[in-house]
Amino acid sequence: MMIRFVLNGKEREADIREDAVLLDVLRNLGCSSVKCGCETANCGLCTVWIDGKSRLSCSVLAAAAEGREITTLEGIEREAAEFGSFLAAEGAEQCGFCSPGFIMNVLAMARELEDPAIDEIKEYLSGNLCRCTGYMGQLRAIQKYLKSRGEGPACG
Amino acid sequence: MRVVNQSVKKVDHRALVTGKAVYTDDLAPKECLIVKVLRSPHAHALIQDINLERADKVAGIECILTYKDCPDKRFTMAGQTYPEPSPYDRLILDRRVRFVGDPVAVVAGCSKDAVEKALGLIKVKYEVLEPVLDFRSARDNEVLVHPEDSWKSLCPVGADNKRNLCASGSCADQDVDEVLKDCSYVVDKTYHTQANQQSMMETFRTYTYIDAYGRLNVVSSTQIPFHVRRILANALDIPKAKIRVIKPRIGGGFGAKQTAVSEVYPALVTWMTGKPAKMVFTREESLTASSPRHEMEVRVRMGADKDGIIKAIDVYTLSNTGAYGEHGPTTVGLSGHKSIPLYGKTDAFRFAYDVVYTNVMSAGAYRGYGATQGIFAVESAVDELAVQIGMDPVAFREKNIVREGQIMPAYYGEKAGSCALDRCLERAKEMIGWDEKYPCRDMGNGKVRGVGAALAMQGSGISGVDTAAVGIKVNDDGFYSLMIGATDMGTGCDTILAQMAAECLDCSMEEIIVHGVDTDASPYDTGSYASSTTYVTGMAVVRTCEKLRDMICEKGARYLGCGFDDTEFDGENVIDLKTGRTISRAEIGNRAMCSNEDALYASEAFSSPVSPPPFMAGIAEVEVDKETGQVELTDYVAVVDCGTVINPALARVQTEGGLAQGIGMALFEEVVYGPQGKNYSNSFMQYKIPTRLDVGNIRVEFESSYEATGPFGAKSIGEIVINTPSPAIANAVSNAVGVRIRELPITAEKIYWGMQEAGKGSDLVER
Repeated sequence: MMIRFVLNGKEREADIREDAVLLDVLRNLGCSSVKCGCETANCGLCTVWIDGKSRLSCSVLAAAAEGREITTLEGIEREAAEFGSFLAAEGAEQCGFCSPGFIMNVLAMARELEDPAIDEIKEYLSGNLCRCTGYMGQLRAIQKYLKSRGEGPACG
Repeated sequence: MRVVNQSVKKVDHRALVTGKAVYTDDLAPKECLIVKVLRSPHAHALIQDINLERADKVAGIECILTYKDCPDKRFTMAGQTYPEPSPYDRLILDRRVRFVGDPVAVVAGCSKDAVEKALGLIKVKYEVLEPVLDFRSARDNEVLVHPEDSWKSLCPVGADNKRNLCASGSCADQDVDEVLKDCSYVVDKTYHTQANQQSMMETFRTYTYIDAYGRLNVVSSTQIPFHVRRILANALDIPKAKIRVIKPRIGGGFGAKQTAVSEVYPALVTWMTGKPAKMVFTREESLTASSPRHEMEVRVRMGADKDGIIKAIDVYTLSNTGAYGEHGPTTVGLSGHKSIPLYGKTDAFRFAYDVVYTNVMSAGAYRGYGATQGIFAVESAVDELAVQIGMDPVAFREKNIVREGQIMPAYYGEKAGSCALDRCLERAKEMIGWDEKYPCRDMGNGKVRGVGAALAMQGSGISGVDTAAVGIKVNDDGFYSLMIGATDMGTGCDTILAQMAAECLDCSMEEIIVHGVDTDASPYDTGSYASSTTYVTGMAVVRTCEKLRDMICEKGARYLGCGFDDTEFDGENVIDLKTGRTISRAEIGNRAMCSNEDALYASEAFSSPVSPPPFMAGIAEVEVDKETGQVELTDYVAVVDCGTVINPALARVQTEGGLAQGIGMALFEEVVYGPQGKNYSNSFMQYKIPTRLDVGNIRVEFESSYEATGPFGAKSIGEIVINTPSPAIANAVSNAVGVRIRELPITAEKIYWGMQEAGKGSDLVER
């Protein structure tokens, strides 16, 4: 079946099987930032935005993207690099394989929550697994990033 | 130091945080055949017949291969230096299947759907055999996991396939039984550590193709590119010269990828069909047919005199290697050799072991590599002995720990040339507030908080075995190419090795280009495992830079028309000290590209006769619910002596990450098998790795010693950091509620039943 949706700001069409999941379709369309880590909706690596909200693309039928606005890390590269710079300063991207899904969710959180407390940050991101860092460096990066946003000009 | 000991960002960070296509599956050509394997539903069986008639007819299927299509030549998938201690006990596909998940057939086709359909249509007739599932009864069991005569052990590791023995052995210093007899206090306890999965976020994956020269090219998520070349040559029975292995960015390894888990299947398909092929393990496959930590049972007998001095340690380890022997003979050694030497005043030690085959998935290498298991046992026993003596367990350790300059008989007789373990323990004690918190505090809400300590050590590379060569060339405009064979798997070794080169060559990080591993082009390196890269490859970088500096001076002297002895290189210019004339590195690089007979390329290798141990202390604070046994980790402090810290940010994250994995091992993670050998821990629903809500607060500091044999005084950091959580948390639980957990993981249920037993009378209860 054919579906039409907006991917990272551009109108796209894709010929998909009815049971295809969004994760596979996005990777086939060249969005290699979208990773598969578990197949059971536990790891958060495949996080994308659908109409601006974080979703696990492994658990969404591609057909459901019809008419929606899908954003992957490729679509917000400048913002990703900005937060990513804080992450890298802590050495907390490590292998980087969970970074795209994690960063999608961090940036969603930064839009949704104003000045979140540590417990709120942990809760919001609890579905994003990371095996390298022990999460502490990620937390330091988030806190410094949020602080810098509070101080500097707002970014889009 | 200018670049070393600085928190430089990883050289590949920008690509990683913007999601660029840099990992194996991102790079695989679209037209790759999809490769999957049919896996055995039985723990032990002989294949009587495989009917491919219907499967072969599925549209889009390229080939279906069975044991009849594979070379009848046994090999090991373990990534180790030749001759490998791990026995040659595998075929790519075998008529005998040895665990639930063992490959039966390899299917390749143009799409995932076609391949999955074909997998479902293969009809296999099995003669089901009795499996060996209990590792305690595996040795000399009448059922043999490897009865075949073609089984081969290359090294004298005490292996005997006719006894289900993958390895066995013992070593000792003085008469441990005699010394124990004279001890005033003795503990004799047995501890059990479960199999754990490395659970790196990127599962095993490989793609393969034939290049213009007719050679098999293998792009793989691996820690061991050069060993993969040999493993594939053995498995396919083709010359090594026909194989090239390339390592792109890796999504985590932790030892899992020190075994060639996925490479042989697409390589077989490409070699037989000439077509590109790829295999991406599902998470289920990565959890059921992979290379987890060896399950071990460790008996510790430890004695102290009336003054609280540990006089003797006797360790016996039984290790479960599963269906194949990958890393079986070597992991077990660390359970004794990297736990007993933590204590420096013993008069005698003994360490003996057996490693047995069983019909569960083969174990492999996982961060800590046996030391983790041994340290859980020994560090638990130390606390049990302290309780018996009536001493504070930290004060007991302070009295007994190994100190700088001591010879460690159980550590191959090596000297602790650099050791700040005493300072690590002192600092950890301060950070947690040990004196105020030990042993426990009742919180008044039905919960009690207890603290527990543990020490750890590891090595820095495999002494006398690990080898690293490094090459650095000077290019036009004077920038450098750093060629390494060490494999960055996310740890940041491309970065820290470039930091060392920039330090030695007096230049900026931007002027050093690091080349990822390609076995055709990179200098030889055993690979990134055994905590070797910073120490072993780092020293090769230092040596190569020294040589290159001389070569740059020689070249500069020639162009300046002066003597070599009159020159100095400050990183930017070669200076003629007599005249003050200079020539820049950029100009030397450019001029060397024209009419030049000595390439500006230096290459040196390094191998170390010693493996200096890093040391650390970890202290956990846990909160236990007295009603339910629910345990929560509230605080964890760790102080590490890894020698000079090359990159503080990366070393800190290594430590925090290792601690989190150790916390998972201590509290949640376990590979569980059913009565017929079926692995129940086949997804992240069942195999629970810690989320960010589970790790509490982790605080890390460094207390550096200076290791004279290491680069800039550095030792290793990668593995040691996983070793303290299990014993520290077990000790904290014991201090909180008096329940001693000797079998990991430490669950609420075990603590609850322990407290119930305690309520019935006995003081300290054993689970």
